Amino acid sequence: MIKRNEDIIIQTVTRLLTPFVQLFALYVIAHGHYSPGGGFQGGCILAASFILMAVANDVAFVKRRLPERLTTALISAGVLIYAGIGLACLMLGANFLDYGILHRVLPVDAVKARALATLGVEIGVGITVMAVMVSIFLNLLSAGRHEEGAVE
Amino acid sequence: MTEHAPVLIIVIPLMAACLNILLGLWKKELSYPWAVLVTAVVFGLSLLLMQTVLSGGTVHYRLGGWAPPWGIEYVIDHLNAFLAVIVSFIGCIVAVYSRRSIEKELPGKQVYFYSIYLLLITGLLGITVTGDVFNIYVFLEISSLAGYALIAVGDDRAPMASFNYVIMGTIGACFYLLGVGYLYMVTGTLNMGDLSRILPGLSHSRVVYTAFAFFMVGTAIKMAFFPLHIWLPAAYTHAPSAVSAIAASTMTKVGAYVMIRIMYTVFKPAFSLEVIPMSAILGWASAAAMIAGSVLALGQKDLKRMFSFMLVAEVGYIVMGVSRGNSTAFTGAVLHILNDAFMMACLFLVAGAVRYRKNARNITDLAGLHQEMPLTMLALFAAALSMVGVPPTAGFFSKWYLILGTIKAGEWIFAAAFLLSSLLNAVMFYRVLETVYYTGEPTPKRQGGSSAAVNEVPLTMLGPILVMAVGVLVLGLFSGRIIDTVIRFTVPEGF
Amino acid sequence: MTNMEFIIGKYNYWIYIVLMMIGFYAMIAKRNLVKKIVGMNIFQTAIILFFVSIGSKKGGATIPIIRAGDEAVNAAQYINPLPHVLMLTAIVVMVSTFGVAMALILMIYRKYRTLEEDEILKPGAET
Repeated sequence: MIKRNEDIIIQTVTRLLTPFVQLFALYVIAHGHYSPGGGFQGGCILAASFILMAVANDVAFVKRRLPERLTTALISAGVLIYAGIGLACLMLGANFLDYGILHRVLPVDAVKARALATLGVEIGVGITVMAVMVSIFLNLLSAGRHEEGAVE
Repeated sequence: MTEHAPVLIIVIPLMAACLNILLGLWKKELSYPWAVLVTAVVFGLSLLLMQTVLSGGTVHYRLGGWAPPWGIEYVIDHLNAFLAVIVSFIGCIVAVYSRRSIEKELPGKQVYFYSIYLLLITGLLGITVTGDVFNIYVFLEISSLAGYALIAVGDDRAPMASFNYVIMGTIGACFYLLGVGYLYMVTGTLNMGDLSRILPGLSHSRVVYTAFAFFMVGTAIKMAFFPLHIWLPAAYTHAPSAVSAIAASTMTKVGAYVMIRIMYTVFKPAFSLEVIPMSAILGWASAAAMIAGSVLALGQKDLKRMFSFMLVAEVGYIVMGVSRGNSTAFTGAVLHILNDAFMMACLFLVAGAVRYRKNARNITDLAGLHQEMPLTMLALFAAALSMVGVPPTAGFFSKWYLILGTIKAGEWIFAAAFLLSSLLNAVMFYRVLETVYYTGEPTPKRQGGSSAAVNEVPLTMLGPILVMAVGVLVLGLFSGRIIDTVIRFTVPEGF
Repeated sequence: MTNMEFIIGKYNYWIYIVLMMIGFYAMIAKRNLVKKIVGMNIFQTAIILFFVSIGSKKGGATIPIIRAGDEAVNAAQYINPLPHVLMLTAIVVMVSTFGVAMALILMIYRKYRTLEEDEILKPGAET
């Protein structure tokens, strides 16, 4: 377990840096569909901000913000967003992940619909990757022991 | 909806695995019915797909609407659809079986178990339906990672066995990835149909030879082909009973399917069997696999370990049939994929039932079990007959075609290896059946007819065991029909 | 081609082979389980390096980012982005395998109190 760190410099710098790290992660996710970036990369950076918090402060600090049930639910939610967008294309008559057909539902033309749906998929992937990374870190750190009210 | 069956067969288990987690956060008891429902739906979809292929020929499905080779394409021909039906059926049967055995072996963890189980089914079905070599790598790793996790929660020595599986499985998948990389370097495409058009013009390039070598070694590791089978006995012995059953019957067969695709669809038979003497190389390696698997199984005391070594020998049969180069042997190999999946599932399910009821793992613990668990032991008897190759069980027909194929190719040593391996199987199963039926105290029938109580496993476990045993018999009786309707069209041209 | 050109011209392949063999050796020969996992990481990273290096083109091709204001795209000016995308997937697989392997190492450590393979494989080593 990471013991509580009393170093004021590290805690202050982390507190100042974390919002910028998270904003940058969202920027990377949002740019995935037409320039380098994407769901996995942004999700990892977002998870890194939480791990930075855990390293600088206490693990309980992160667990208050991301309890284990929430990360588990986020893992499924991200994959369901991704598969849900694909299935929406299926329902509207095109092939799986054929985003062009979404222009019937969204108020944009077919080319823009492809870009927007790719963005939606990237958001889903980003959520899942963030939750998985934080979950792996917390699980390995606590050797599988969780707080009360966990899934098991 | 039926024209979207190729992609629904993958998306439904994937979404179901995630929905299962959300369901489990709400109520844990819903996981089992959900898993059974989803695997049954997937089995229905695979039957629908098979029917479409039988009536209409090869199915092409474009993901995202992009035309190949720019987009990923799912290509389903007879071999694909056949394997998808097998995998989804055994997935459904083992899901039904797993309720009691997972309750006993992994108490309270069924939410995670069924989620990872559904991910395993997703990965295996994804390998069977896709027509893009890199997509096979992705699904191969999905199924392998799910397999590592499921095997690791077994008994005491399971984590170490799973760790060894992680190391060797990663090497295999990375070699496959290297093969994909070398092929992409010279052809510029990842689509199997496109590759098969471009590669014959490049058949003297050293890069293509390297790619082929990496593919062969990678798939050999994944399907536990001798001598790269080291991870298999430990992993399948110490895994939970349901996991051993699904892994033994499907994961190795899917690896063999990948080898068939690479050898005969991507690289044409003219390259695989003539430019590179794979027929001789794989022939000697398979003969060694058959003999070594059967001989190593002779000295085992643990029931599941004996079955795992027999699985190594069975993989040798399949690869021997695939690499002979004539249609009889290939037919025998594909029929043996079907039969071996059923036989291995039946054997491992019976071993799981014995573990559930008697908490026993060794062959000597089976003594006199025919009184307590008559139906289970009858299923063991049927599977044993099929493994040895006694007509009219399924094993006889596939071995018949395999041996006939090796004789047609003129390789008498390999035919002798088949017969020797069958003889060793007979010896081993005679030992098992003798322990079951002829040892142990006889029932004292004189005292008012009170015999030993029949204490079978619960119905959710007994049902799948009996379905598998009956299936072994039925598949044998209907082999001719299966060959005529499906397997005949899977043979590559030129054979 | 001459010998020097064979070594210097194809330096990316030499580097990837050397790295891959280092990782492969570590996976097989080292006895500590964590060192095996580190070897696995090196092995997979070498493969990623190989894939990325085959995307480069002769003639001074640059990274595939279009600057604002450029209209026509001349494909010969940008390196092939497809291997990069394939390697994104491979990196995800690498991280997932690493996570699973680390969880397994935790389970093994809890059971055996050691991470040396020869001590684990001794019969009766479980505590």
